[in-house]
Amino acid sequence: MSVPLFLFYAFAVLAVLSALGMVLNLRNTVAAALSLVVTMVSLAGIYVLLEAHLVAAIQIMVYGGAIVVLFLFVVMLLNLRTDTFLPARQRALKVAGSLLGVVLLIETLRLLGGFPESPPLPEGFGGYRQLGIALYTDYLLIVEVISLLLTAAIVGALVLAKRNID
Amino acid sequence: MPVEVIIKALFIILVVIGALAPVMTWTERKQSAVMQDRIGANRADIAGITVLGLLHPLADVVKLLTKEDVVPLGANRIMHLLAPVIAAVPAIIAYGVIPFGGVYTFGQDTISMVVSNPDWGLLYIFAIGSIATYGTIMAGWASNNNWSLLGGMRASAQMISYEVTMGLSVVGIFMVFGTLQLQNMVIAQDTTFRIFGFLEYLIPGFQLPGFLSSFPFVLPMWGIFLQPLGFLMFLTTIMAENKRPPFDVPEGESEIIAGYFTEYSGMRFGLFFMAEFIEIVVIAGLVATLFLGGWTIPWVTTADFIGAVSPILGQGVATGLCVIVHFLMFMAKVVVLIWLQMSLRWGLPRFRYDQVMDLCWKGILPLSIANIFVTGAILLLLGDAS
Repeated sequence: MSVPLFLFYAFAVLAVLSALGMVLNLRNTVAAALSLVVTMVSLAGIYVLLEAHLVAAIQIMVYGGAIVVLFLFVVMLLNLRTDTFLPARQRALKVAGSLLGVVLLIETLRLLGGFPESPPLPEGFGGYRQLGIALYTDYLLIVEVISLLLTAAIVGALVLAKRNID
Repeated sequence: MPVEVIIKALFIILVVIGALAPVMTWTERKQSAVMQDRIGANRADIAGITVLGLLHPLADVVKLLTKEDVVPLGANRIMHLLAPVIAAVPAIIAYGVIPFGGVYTFGQDTISMVVSNPDWGLLYIFAIGSIATYGTIMAGWASNNNWSLLGGMRASAQMISYEVTMGLSVVGIFMVFGTLQLQNMVIAQDTTFRIFGFLEYLIPGFQLPGFLSSFPFVLPMWGIFLQPLGFLMFLTTIMAENKRPPFDVPEGESEIIAGYFTEYSGMRFGLFFMAEFIEIVVIAGLVATLFLGGWTIPWVTTADFIGAVSPILGQGVATGLCVIVHFLMFMAKVVVLIWLQMSLRWGLPRFRYDQVMDLCWKGILPLSIANIFVTGAILLLLGDAS
């Protein structure tokens, strides 16, 4: 087995195990969130093997670093227990989760039929240069719309927080 | 190839980090003593020989290793044991992309004095650094102690906030040098520029008078001269990331005992302590690489150096000498930056918690965005000339 293949299987097994650890760990919310970190970092490892270096770095910095730290911050601040979630809300979550699972299963079965031959990678694939050029030429409109959306979200959060303080 | 990488990694761990970290614990105590008009650590001795107190690091290690290792009652045992490791490991492996020498040619072989030079070099350090946050959060949460929990939460808030501004404060440097690879960034700094040289590009036909093109008006092309504001902001934010005074609210000795590592003892407390000191070396190496020209000799480029020495000693010996001088240059800059960090640590009063947050979100964040705009405008104005 070649080294990249071995690393792929190592990261894949780690990702699946830690994802299971997150879902099945109902008793300890903090441990579940930390399992999520392991999943994120394993996925980043797989991205590196796929030559998507920038995505891997962003995966760790944004998802592994910032977002899950915020999750943990909220969990620790509110000291959440499982019974604080409303049963009705939980039922809705279960239905939504099952639907997503079915979609994922269909997609996986479709892919198992055979993988399409991958074209050779273009020069500088996955680097910040290619991604930056793509974002600010072909996808400029989408980037601008997203930035507007995020600004609106920040302003909305501020307004909501301010109302609570006043 | 793997052998070369392993040798370089061992060199960094044993020489750069291994030699500096223990001496730093002594320096810190001695320096604080001098600044507070005390004598400082001078008692540890072997058969009456004290060597200026330099044996104290050794005594510390013996003490830490032989102390009882307590896991508090009701604590999450696995996480409590794991937290110091997660705090310490990222600090060590971050050094993998910091170059401690240039790219040299010996006959057929080319050697680059860096363990790895990926095209996302600096992002790697940021990514690794963001993982280190979990060490402190886990320590705070797993200790089953309210003070620890408060410390862990303060640490997570502070570290997330400063990660954002740390990333933004070096965007200017990326724009100036046009690369994220640290080795390439240092090579770009291995030259000089004329302070008033930009006038020639702005005013057509204008020729700079001779005296303005010679020594005192020619500076090494270091990041600190091209991005002075970026340097200040980056040093501030990365020191805040390290959670040492004046940014030590997660520890807050006067408020929350010792913050997130209140419940740690023995060598696992030592690991947190070590992580902090290794991070000082990493910060010094990173700031030296980005802003102080890394291994470059000011005003003397690599080609100049080898060109001047090789007629006397021959090409091979001249290159070898260059390797040594460059490494010593790098270490000199690292030592100066370590001294700077320690002086700031003992010279400045602590921030209050809200002041730390205000400095980040209301001070450095707007400044760093302004810095990006101004840098971009200047680069656009100078066009290819820059």
